[in-house]
Amino acid sequence: MAGFDFSNHNRNAALHAQGVPLPKATSTGTTIVGCLFDGGVVIAADTRATSGPIVADKNCEKLHYIAPQIWCAGAGTAADTEFTTAIISSNLELHALSTGRKPRVVTCMTMLKQHLFRYQGYIGAYLVVAGVDPTGAHLFTVHAHGSTDKLPYVTMGSGSLAAMSVFETQWRPKLTRDDAVKLCSEAILAGIFNDLGSGSNVDVAVITEEKTTLMRNFITPNTRVPKERNYKFPKGTTAVLNEKIITKEEISKYVTVHELEDESVTATAEKMEVDQ
Amino acid sequence: MAAVFSGAPPQGGPGYSFKQTPTAASASGERQHSFYPYTDNGGSTLGISGADFTILAGDTRSTSGYNINTRYAPKLFKIGGEGPDNKGARIVLSVVGFAADGDALKERLDTIVKMYKYQHGKNMSVAACAQRLSHILYGKRFFPYYVHAILGGLDEEGKGALYSYDPVGSYEREQCRAAGAAASLIMPFLDNQVNYKNQYVPGSGVGHELQAREAVPLPRTTVEQLVRDAFTSAVERHIEVGDGLQMMIITREGIEERYMPLKQD
Amino acid sequence: MNHFPQAWGRPRDDIYGAYDHSHFQTHGPGGPNQHTQRPIVTGTSVVAAKFKDGVVIAADNLASYGSLARFTDVKRLRKFNDQVVVGFGGDVSDMQYLNRILNSLDIRENYSNPENPLNAKNLHTYLSKVMYKRRSDFDPLWNHLLIAGLDGESKPFLASADLLGTTFSSPTLATGFGAHLAQPILRKTIPDEASVANVSEEEAVKLVKECMKVLFYRDARSMDRYSIAVIKSEGVDLKEDEKLENQSWAFAEQIRGYGTQVN
Repeated sequence: MAGFDFSNHNRNAALHAQGVPLPKATSTGTTIVGCLFDGGVVIAADTRATSGPIVADKNCEKLHYIAPQIWCAGAGTAADTEFTTAIISSNLELHALSTGRKPRVVTCMTMLKQHLFRYQGYIGAYLVVAGVDPTGAHLFTVHAHGSTDKLPYVTMGSGSLAAMSVFETQWRPKLTRDDAVKLCSEAILAGIFNDLGSGSNVDVAVITEEKTTLMRNFITPNTRVPKERNYKFPKGTTAVLNEKIITKEEISKYVTVHELEDESVTATAEKMEVDQ
Repeated sequence: MAAVFSGAPPQGGPGYSFKQTPTAASASGERQHSFYPYTDNGGSTLGISGADFTILAGDTRSTSGYNINTRYAPKLFKIGGEGPDNKGARIVLSVVGFAADGDALKERLDTIVKMYKYQHGKNMSVAACAQRLSHILYGKRFFPYYVHAILGGLDEEGKGALYSYDPVGSYEREQCRAAGAAASLIMPFLDNQVNYKNQYVPGSGVGHELQAREAVPLPRTTVEQLVRDAFTSAVERHIEVGDGLQMMIITREGIEERYMPLKQD
Repeated sequence: MNHFPQAWGRPRDDIYGAYDHSHFQTHGPGGPNQHTQRPIVTGTSVVAAKFKDGVVIAADNLASYGSLARFTDVKRLRKFNDQVVVGFGGDVSDMQYLNRILNSLDIRENYSNPENPLNAKNLHTYLSKVMYKRRSDFDPLWNHLLIAGLDGESKPFLASADLLGTTFSSPTLATGFGAHLAQPILRKTIPDEASVANVSEEEAVKLVKECMKVLFYRDARSMDRYSIAVIKSEGVDLKEDEKLENQSWAFAEQIRGYGTQVN
């Protein structure tokens, strides 16, 4: 079956009526912005993801790929922004393949708004869509309910007012590329330092006719100060009540075991910080 | 699913029977939005007592919703002493929660401790002050001060004394306590690093014979480092904690006050 | 047996039916007094910033009735004496009540103690106690106040008090929408107490006027006529009929529709 599964809806509504809280989604309580310039468009985002008052991810990516020259900054429910941009990216690729033309930003925006309107705001994706296509550089916002805006500079998320205060005081027509990057970063910084839902670093993407430049962690104004004490425990600090050794041969019956060439190399993609 | 059903019945309302469907409270059908007299101003505090000192600390951010009210609003107050600057005070109160109630509570306790000195000609002991604070809080049992208070000083023997309170006055003397927004982040860290909870002496036995690491009063430098690490870490993971760290160290010589900036994002 | 402790000792709904709340009327004749539970005619943001020898404070002259721009010449800055100005956001009737309270306080003080007039710090303490008392009586004054002026040592003083009695102080402050839109602008120039010494009166006035402009662009309950006051040791300079200057609506000409429209 395609689409969403609603079979738990009635049960959940009954539980909610009894006072059981709804499960908390990770939200990118966010600052995202976009700005047109002479020859292209810039979008930028902060990198904090929150779950209530807790920081769920200190350096998440809120700039999503749609097409080589179309990118999207997402605010709202993290899962919704990721899946919505992914499905529209996929459909837009198929559309580009069948028409044999480069995808257009308006097409992307229209697909997004029609998708979101169908779900009446229940898909909590708030997006800034930007890109360059054969008709020029374009910048849109798309709200969860399906409404759109087309403006020379836009902001969204919980830090949208902080970011907008920067645009309303410093924006002027016909910006250069560098000025647009600077203005967008300033707007994100205003969100980072004035809005509790936003924080950590600034990500920027510049889209021109020739190429897209993704500048991940363009500014890092919030690096952690080093800890003053060492929290490495001596071996044997943790109580062991029971011990069972599963040999490599045994476990190989159920899973594939790979030998790591070096002890220091971990198999995970992102290394965890550990006291040395 | 275990997280959703905590075992206790759903809180916050009379919904006690699954047969009963929730009904509107008002007879006429209209619902009044009533005034809610509390808010949460965020932030976090902590206190640790040592052999001959007590440290209290708190961040200086004041929040409302996703906004920062100010980057410098102290949550630590000297209690007693002389005049509005509390010269010569030996007791510190930290309050976190609803800031207006915190200020009101501070002023009441400060006045009481000053009046005690005026009427009895001697300083109030920390134990007496601690019990008085409990009574003040319980006095507003049915319209509570929405704060988590921690009181610190030195006891009659010169040892570090630390008392922590719930909003309605239940109190206890402790070695360490974290309160406020990031309490659930800091308290386990303190349990482990101050009282050595879940730490055992390596090689001291097998299975249940293994000896737990014994807690000893920590030296002042170590405690200060723990406090700073606790706050720089809380800042990383709690959005309401940040901007500045205020510390007060109560010793035989008096109250030493420190300030250190924290991240502002 | 019902295993929910809350249900013990209560009449069973499945036998007696759900509790009929109409027997317990919470309002109407004979019921308890109803206090102000929501603001009616309201003023929007108040914006203020300290500079090296004083404070600037501004608020627009609009009083809204819901979304209706009802009164367009309401002065929301009140000079208390030569060293204090109070800015009012929120309910206008409660503002006028506070104004009356302040008048009688001023008269009382002038009789009893004409040599030492109340400074901004004194007035802030007073007003925050009034606000906290009223919230504790469940009868709040629906306002957010900024108190700007000089403290006992003639240094710049700026602090806020709201309907809950919450107080705080900062080198720059803004209430309501201004807390979202104006504070980020103000904080860029005046991030902390130390930077106040580097800000001149001209800079501070320019900064606050810039904030009023941004608020007019983006706050639907604002207007372009406003009051602005500068408080220094020389006294208060209050202007009550200023107009926003150098607005920029140039970008609007370029906008075509909201999506696919081209011309």
